This record gives sequence, structure tokens and C-alpha cells, in this order.
Amino acid sequence: MLSRIAESMFWIGRYVERAEDIARILDVQTQLILEDPAIDEAATVAGVLSVMGIEDEAAGDGPADRAQLLELLAYDRSSPESIAATLGAARESARRARETLSTAMWEAVNTTWRAIPSGQFRSMRPPTAFRWVRDRAAQINGIADATMTRDEGWQFLVLGRSIERADMTARLVAAASLASGAAWGTSLQACGAYEAFLRTYKGLETERGAAEFLLLDRLFPRSVVFSLNRAEQCLTNLEAGSRADARAGFTNEALRLVGRMRAELEYRSLSDVVADLPVEMERLQRTCALATDAVSRRFFAEGQATAWRGDVA
Amino acid sequence: MSGLESDTETGSEPGADPMFGGYPAEMDRLNHGAFDEMYDGQDLRSSYSDLRTSLADLAHGELETRVEALASSYLDQGVTFDIGGEERAFPLDILPRVIEMEQWARVEAGVQQRVRVLEAFLADIYDAGQVFDDGVIPRSVVTTSSHFHRQSAGIKPPNGVRVHVSGIDLIRDNDGEFRVLEDNVRVPSGVSYVMTNRRAIAAAIPETFAGHRIRPVAGYPQKLLTALRAAAPAGVVDPTVVVLTPGVFNGAYFEHALLARTMGVELVEGRDLECRRGRVMMRTTQGLEPVHVIYRRVDDEFLDPLHFRSDSVLGCSGLMNAARAGNVTIANAVGNGVADDKLTYTYMPDLVRYYLGEEPILRNVDTWRMGDADAREEVMDRLDELVLKPVDGSGGKGIVIGPKATSAELDELRGKVLADPRSWIAQPVVQLSTVPTYVGGALSPRHVDLRPFAVNDGNRVWVLPGGLTRVALGEGELIVNSSRGGGSKDTWVLAGHGHPPKVVAKPAASRAPAQQQDQQQDQQGQGSSHQQQEQ
Repeated sequence: MLSRIAESMFWIGRYVERAEDIARILDVQTQLILEDPAIDEAATVAGVLSVMGIEDEAAGDGPADRAQLLELLAYDRSSPESIAATLGAARESARRARETLSTAMWEAVNTTWRAIPSGQFRSMRPPTAFRWVRDRAAQINGIADATMTRDEGWQFLVLGRSIERADMTARLVAAASLASGAAWGTSLQACGAYEAFLRTYKGLETERGAAEFLLLDRLFPRSVVFSLNRAEQCLTNLEAGSRADARAGFTNEALRLVGRMRAELEYRSLSDVVADLPVEMERLQRTCALATDAVSRRFFAEGQATAWRGDVA
Repeated sequence: MSGLESDTETGSEPGADPMFGGYPAEMDRLNHGAFDEMYDGQDLRSSYSDLRTSLADLAHGELETRVEALASSYLDQGVTFDIGGEERAFPLDILPRVIEMEQWARVEAGVQQRVRVLEAFLADIYDAGQVFDDGVIPRSVVTTSSHFHRQSAGIKPPNGVRVHVSGIDLIRDNDGEFRVLEDNVRVPSGVSYVMTNRRAIAAAIPETFAGHRIRPVAGYPQKLLTALRAAAPAGVVDPTVVVLTPGVFNGAYFEHALLARTMGVELVEGRDLECRRGRVMMRTTQGLEPVHVIYRRVDDEFLDPLHFRSDSVLGCSGLMNAARAGNVTIANAVGNGVADDKLTYTYMPDLVRYYLGEEPILRNVDTWRMGDADAREEVMDRLDELVLKPVDGSGGKGIVIGPKATSAELDELRGKVLADPRSWIAQPVVQLSTVPTYVGGALSPRHVDLRPFAVNDGNRVWVLPGGLTRVALGEGELIVNSSRGGGSKDTWVLAGHGHPPKVVAKPAASRAPAQQQDQQQDQQGQGSSHQQQEQ
């Protein structure tokens, strides 16, 4: 597979997942601001923005409110973290890999994107808009699952999706650990994990339990460990051709980073992991970024063209 | 029984037909002698009778609904082209254009003949240049063409093919005869719309579609792939074919992606390629892999910074050397542009007689070379009634339509032509033929041209039964370019019930070509003000 196409596939996976996760976070947080009279709107908004890595300057003067939050993270196409911009980037990547995608997959991505320039997305009210994004992401992923062959392109798509998901869940966990008690329930809801969590932990809602579930559960598909496992699997499949790793260690840097992070999470005691969650989660996000760099170097770097310098003075 | 008969009668009476009833009057108002492909005055031409009958069955308002569905289906599929960075849906008219088997047989034979001549001509001028020695065309015509590339001289394509894909632009003159307006043998585009138009129209008017026997166009990618594989360097058993695109910002990117997808080959950009030791490789996740045939959609000038524009980032340095070493085939060949140069075009009838010993099956439109002193003198007196075209222009650039120009513009033109006569040709203004087109809720005649596509695999020149019909959507407008507000129509070539009639080219009267240079000037018929578009 062409390096350039592989890169596009990786980023389609990441962007679609990111759009979905932002929608989930916004859905729950905006709901909270409305429902809970005790909540401090400005602090909540600031919390969400900082989790998403948006600095205060970007948010403008004074404390940001709910409308501004929606603008920055959902509707504004010029804000790089917004759902609108993310879906646009997913579609741009898909356009570049168009001949590789199945027609159905391309059309799913393209029709999703079309709702943004046409104004349809903006005209949807917040809860509907977030549901729509989740539905579209599910449709894109479902069509990919049903129509794509499990070749390299598929592995890159799932790899991108898994790394993004681990990263976003880490952000959610960090946000929850910063805020007050109700935040864990919120984070679980944002991951669509609240009911599953209650069933698993027999209704015992504890912060420790929630953190364990979101970080370490091996069966829940949005947990960090589950996502890292998937990423590891994809990387292993991608390296299947080379026998370099057969005896000792791993030559693939990304695989090493992801595997080490997962092992650390799983083999350390829970108390140790949750002792300083914000720092731990930042480390996890950094690992995801490093792994992405490593994937780029290993698989996409070939795509860097050598330029012909015709006139040397 | 009687009920049935009366139905048929009212059906054939123009006044009783809400859809086509007002059409002949529109024709009177707009056509000014142009040939209409559906109506001959008040009379319906037989090729369109099934179309009219089945469309007349649609309930009132139904056509509008379908037109809307058609437009949104193109946006969903991303059938778009770029104008200045903005992505737009390609306008597709809901009414197809119908071409009968007999007419098509002539087009097909004519296009095949044309491609054979263009191949022979290119092979000759990039080799011995016999055609110059025999005095058919002056050597200077070729060597002064901006598309003549010495870098290509002596490169022998593996199976002798240089024009793997061509698009021969045709128009129908006031008598309905197909004439060649120009040849496109560099990187002709538009074939993807032929395929997507067919699918979209079949979905939009299935009843009408089912009522016709239409020759399919879906086989094009397979034919193209076969031709490209056949062109692989000698000794390569299972060649790797790629499509080379300038990238997503190119106007025809949609087409490049579609062709790569339907042929099942990689779509590469210049930066995906690398030349090493006279071989071309592409960068993959598993390292470098060899490439044997490049169907390039990048212009000559940008293909290889080593030989052409050194600032190009669209190509790959070393491609020409690899082609010369016989390790890779570039399709279409570099330097083909000299054959579709507008000045070379004026010599085509002579070239047909010279290389094939046949009369041209499809005639040129009347053209005067400004390089000829006599012709120049005559044209200078009649500048206000003719169309002047720069020979190097494309996309309609630089064309002056005499009747529409101001006297200041004509004076400026006169100066330009006299300063550099080699760069200009003149043609009479002619109306292109018209076909009913859905505009603003009613059917109205609009001018069309036709670009049939031909694929040469070295053994046979295959012509795609259909081709791209471009339509000028503005009232009375003669410019069909998509960049100037043109749209397209699905083109239905009807299959007959037996063998298609055979069109045989007449032998040329004499094979002494030198004396025939001026023959095409005597040809009957009209020229055209239709302008060429980007290839």
C-alpha cells in the first residue's frame, strides 16, 4: 500500500473517532450545566476546554459560557478542535484515499461532511446534533466494518481509531479527577459506559471503581486498556511480514511504546495508578502522541518526497 | 383498439404535449439555422420518438422532482470538479442525447481513422520525419509548436503506441454532419462523467432507459487497463500500472480517482514516485516497489523537473530517462501535443491521405492558417465575421469572436495576428447543433458538442460507444466548457438489431501528397465558434 494512502487511512480513523468523542463529551457536559443548579458554568466550561487542550486565549476575554463552548468545540469550522473542522479533516483524508475506500465508505464520509457547509449541522439543536454525530460515526465505522477488506488499509484505520480513543478516554478521566464527585458519573455517561459500569460493579458507584472501569476494563470497548490492546494488535499485524521481532524485544517503536504503556497500566496496582491521575493521564496522552510520531516515521516517512533542485546558484 | 389509436395520434401532435409542445417554437426563436437533433422543424426525428413517448407518460411535476434528486445524488457521490479551489457538482441535464447506430458507425470509423493517422504522424516526426521530406507538412510547423519536445525524439514506445487514450472533439454542422473540431491526444479528460452520467440517468428516468437498447459504457476501465498493460516494457510479465495525478486540487481529481479505483490500480502523486538507476519506484509501507506503466494525468511540462520545468513538484525527476531506458512506459507519450496543435489540425486531411491513402471519414471544420499570406489577406478583410483562435490556447483563452468584438478589440487582434501569424488560425462562426435541455422548468434548445474517447491497445483502436456530450446552458450560448458554465448530458448510442453498417474510407484520389495541401480549404460546410476547453 502507498505510504500516502496509509497515512490517509490512519487519519480517517482518528478524525472520525475524535468527532464522535467530542460529541459525547459535549453532550454530557452541556446537559450537566443545564440540569445541575449547583454547578458553576464558567468552571465547567473552562474544565472541558482545558481537557481538549484549548488554551484560555482561544476562548476570548472573560469566563467562557456554554454558547462559546459549543462554538469552539462543535460549530466553528475555523476552530481546529471543533466537530465541524474534524469532520472536514476526515473528509479531506478520505478524498485523498478515495480510490482505496469502498464507494459506500466514501459516500458515508462525504454525506456526513456535506451537512456542515450546507448549514444543516448548525441548524440542529445541541442534543440532536450530538446524537447525529454519534450516529454518523457509527454508520461510517459500520460501513467500514462491513465493506473493507482486512488488509493494511483496515489495520491503519483501526490503529488510528484506537490511538485516538485511548487518548480521548484519558482526557475524560483527567477531567473527572479534577472535578467534584458527580464528574465520574458524567465521564461514564460520555463513554456510554454508565449502565455497563453499574451492572459490572453491582451498583456500587465509587470513584475508584469508575477509574478502574474506564482505564483498565478488558471487555469494555472504550476503555484505555482495550483501546491500547487493539492498537497493539494492529501494529503486530502490520509488522507480520518482518520476522525481526520473533525472538526478542520489539523493533517497532510505536509497538514498544503502546505495549509498555498498556503493561504499566495493567501490572501496576490500582492505588498506584490512581494516586496522581492527572499526571498519569498526561503521560498516557504523551505516549499516544509519541506513538503517532513513531508510526509516521516507520510507515509514512517514505512519503516525504525528495525535491529536485534544478537551479543551484 | 380505437382508444389506443387515438392515444397514439394525440401523442404525436406537438400542440397536445405539455413537455415538448412549446419546443419547436423555442427552436425558431433561438436556433438561427443550427441543426436540432430532436426536431426537424415541426417534425420529430425518429431517433427521439421513444424518448418523447416515455417522458410524456410522466405525471406533471414528476420531472422537476427527478431533476432535484439527480442534482443531490451527484453531490452525495462527490461527482465534482474544481473551479478556483471551489468544489462544485458537475451539472448534468436529465434529458439524454440519442445517437442512432448508423450515425455512430460513422463516428466510430472516423475516430479510429483519425487516431491511426495521429499515431503514424507522431511516430514519424519523432523518428525519421519522412513526412517533411515528402512535403506534406513543413518541418517548421512541428518544430515551432510549443508542445514539440526534443526530449521525446528517439524514444520508441514498447508496443508502438503513443496515443493510448484520445478524445476527438466533434460538432454537428447546420446540415447535421459530424465534423472534427479538434483532437486531444495529451491528457483528454471527461470520461469519468460518461460513466457516472450513465448510472445517474438510469436511476433518474428508469422507464425511459428501459425502453431503449443502449450500448453500455461501463467497460471503459477494463479496456484502458488492458491497453496500459499491453504497453508495458518488454519482458515484464505482470506489469504494475499506476495513475499519476497532480493531486486533490486538480480540477479532474475526481476522474483520476475513479479511473484508479475502477482499474484497481494505485493512484500516485509525484512525491510517491522515485527514480533509481533508470527505474521508477513507488514508496509503499513495505518500502520501494517497481512501477512499469504510468498513466499520467500531469502535463508534459510538469512531468520531469530534470528535463522540463525545474520548479515542478507534480512530477518525478528521472522519469524521461527511465522511459528512454525502456524501463517504464509513460502513457500518453510525452510530446503528443504537437499532433493536437491547432495548426497541425489544419494539415490533418492531408496527413490522412498521406499515411493511409484514404479520404477522411470525418471532415475538419473550415480553417484558415494565418501563416499563409493569401489566407491572411482575406481574413484581415473579414475579421468582424470570423473567429480567431491562438494555436496554443486552451480553455477558450485568447479566442476572439468577430461579430461580438468591438472595433478596438479587432484592431488589437489585427496587430497581434500580423506580428505573429504562425500563432493564429481563423474559422467561420457556426452554430453547434442543439438538443432539448431542461432549463428553469421548461425544455429549450441548447448547443452541444461531443467528445468520443478512443483507447489504442496496439492491435485495435476501440471507441467507447457514447462519449461526453457537453452542453452550453446559457440561452444561445456556444461555449460548452465546464469552466464557463457548461454542463453535460448522458449520450445514448443505440444498439441496432443486426450488424452495424460498415463504413469504409474512400481511397484518396492521389497519393502524391504534396499537391493536396490546399484541398481542405475547398471543403464544403461551416466552421465553428465553439471553443476548445482544457483537454
